[in-house]
Amino acid sequence: MSRYFRAEIAENRPLGKDYGILTFAPSETAVEPEAGQFYMIGRCAGKNGVSLIPVSCRDLRDPLLKRPFSFFRKTRTGYQILYRIKGKWTAMMRDMKQGSSLHVLGPLGNSYPPLPKGHTPVIVGGGLGIASVFSLAEKFAGSAYIFYGTRTTEELVMLDELKGFAKRLLISTDDGSCGAKGCITDMIRNFGGEDPAGMYTLYACGPRAMMAALDSIAKERGMKGYVSLEENMACGIGACLGCVVKTVTGHQRVCKEGPVFDIGEVLW
Amino acid sequence: MNFSVEIGGLKLRNPVMTASGTFGYGEEYSEFVDLNRLGAVVVKGLSLAPKEGNPPPRIVETAAGMLNAIGLQNIGIERFIKESLPFLRGFDTPVVANFFGDSVNEYAEAARRLNDAEGIGALEMNISCPNKEAGWRVFGTDPGETSTVVRAVRKATRLPLIVKLSPNVTDIASIARVAEDAGADAVSLINTITGMAIDIRTRRPKLANITGGLSGPAVKPVALRMVWEVYRAVKIPVVGMGGIMDAADALEFILAGATAVGVGTANFINPAATLDIIEGMEAFMREQGLQDIGELRGKLEV
Repeated sequence: MSRYFRAEIAENRPLGKDYGILTFAPSETAVEPEAGQFYMIGRCAGKNGVSLIPVSCRDLRDPLLKRPFSFFRKTRTGYQILYRIKGKWTAMMRDMKQGSSLHVLGPLGNSYPPLPKGHTPVIVGGGLGIASVFSLAEKFAGSAYIFYGTRTTEELVMLDELKGFAKRLLISTDDGSCGAKGCITDMIRNFGGEDPAGMYTLYACGPRAMMAALDSIAKERGMKGYVSLEENMACGIGACLGCVVKTVTGHQRVCKEGPVFDIGEVLW
Repeated sequence: MNFSVEIGGLKLRNPVMTASGTFGYGEEYSEFVDLNRLGAVVVKGLSLAPKEGNPPPRIVETAAGMLNAIGLQNIGIERFIKESLPFLRGFDTPVVANFFGDSVNEYAEAARRLNDAEGIGALEMNISCPNKEAGWRVFGTDPGETSTVVRAVRKATRLPLIVKLSPNVTDIASIARVAEDAGADAVSLINTITGMAIDIRTRRPKLANITGGLSGPAVKPVALRMVWEVYRAVKIPVVGMGGIMDAADALEFILAGATAVGVGTANFINPAATLDIIEGMEAFMREQGLQDIGELRGKLEV
């Protein structure tokens, strides 16, 4: 079992506004990912061994680095990532065809800690952050409150599935085109639930401002919480020290000590 | 076929080393690379005291390259000796300890500590650091500062001493000669080239540190030219690095005069890049009917 392998694209389909879901099938037995972990994904020229000099990165020098993507979901045909077309790399990803190859490193990083006994999970996804918490929501199978916020309706993805996973699905959009108008954090601030606040555990991924607001809500209401963070990274395995975030215990690597951190430990 | 080389008394089974700062302390890559197959493991730069490094964002990709401003974050020499070195001692591959300081005394003291640790094959001193006792002038961009600091470190260690040169100079060959005269057993080059990237919408630099070091394929032509210049200027061995992604790149450096090569940014793209490069170089030697890697060294025909 290796955490660095070649994979074939089993499916790559557009989804909503500027989103896509890519399914890859590893060429060898892969390590099973857990919710919260991520993959570093790079392009691949094809099968190795075509030249005398085995070159794994030939002609693939721009864009250069692999990119980190949250593990989204496991299916019959492989492992999925949810991506948003944002820059040069993801624009190329959108155009990748079924059957073409990828270099994949992973699953990497830690995962969402288990739910404390007697707690009710509250899952929060902001924009593309839904990718990181999706498989966790699936695992909680009907026991979690799921809050999902985006800028507009077109960015909301996989709503039927999320509804199926949720005890309740609560939606907000910045423009009010679906669900409540405004920030998802405002909905959470006003969220009553059925249990005392101390019995909820937050699992969140989204824009930095959203997670910082969640931190203050968690502190006010004495809630436990975990957030998954993102930073620019080069290696994904703890060597380059490019992806650190500031925490109460100093710089921590998103790729190694994270991506999931205790919400109270991150210095926003 | 002889693939082994010698760098100032340090024997390597093959000419492929890791470049400092791209391979952690070796352990991070041991899942993907049999460290016993490498020429040498060059560890992340060390200082006497641990360093927190720069605030994020620290990395940004640029055309065929990347800028980094890690700020030399490291666990410090004592923790390295206690926590990282024992793991590396389990392999039959020389460990090269890269280190730096912000004064001549700090460099010398760091060299002394590393010299006394068990399991270090050579030292590589990073002279691309500012000197707090000389108006924060960068050691490696000033011939006088370079001479002083290399002499001080030379006195502090009996280990083979590699001086890693900064490319941010007008005449790198003259700095290489200064390092040689001051007692270096070898020089390695290039360190990263200082650069910048700007977000036009926020009008802010893409790195929190504003500037960073450029590495990757984008710098290779510059690195190759500098290795060629330094090779002709000094008698000590040259370790060539800068944008090596595959065996063909590595062989270019050998032809330009490098005795060994450092693989850096490529480790980020392919964690097994070092092994692919070793295999590719061996395949090329077989194809060319070469018996010794030395037959290629400096054999650029002009």
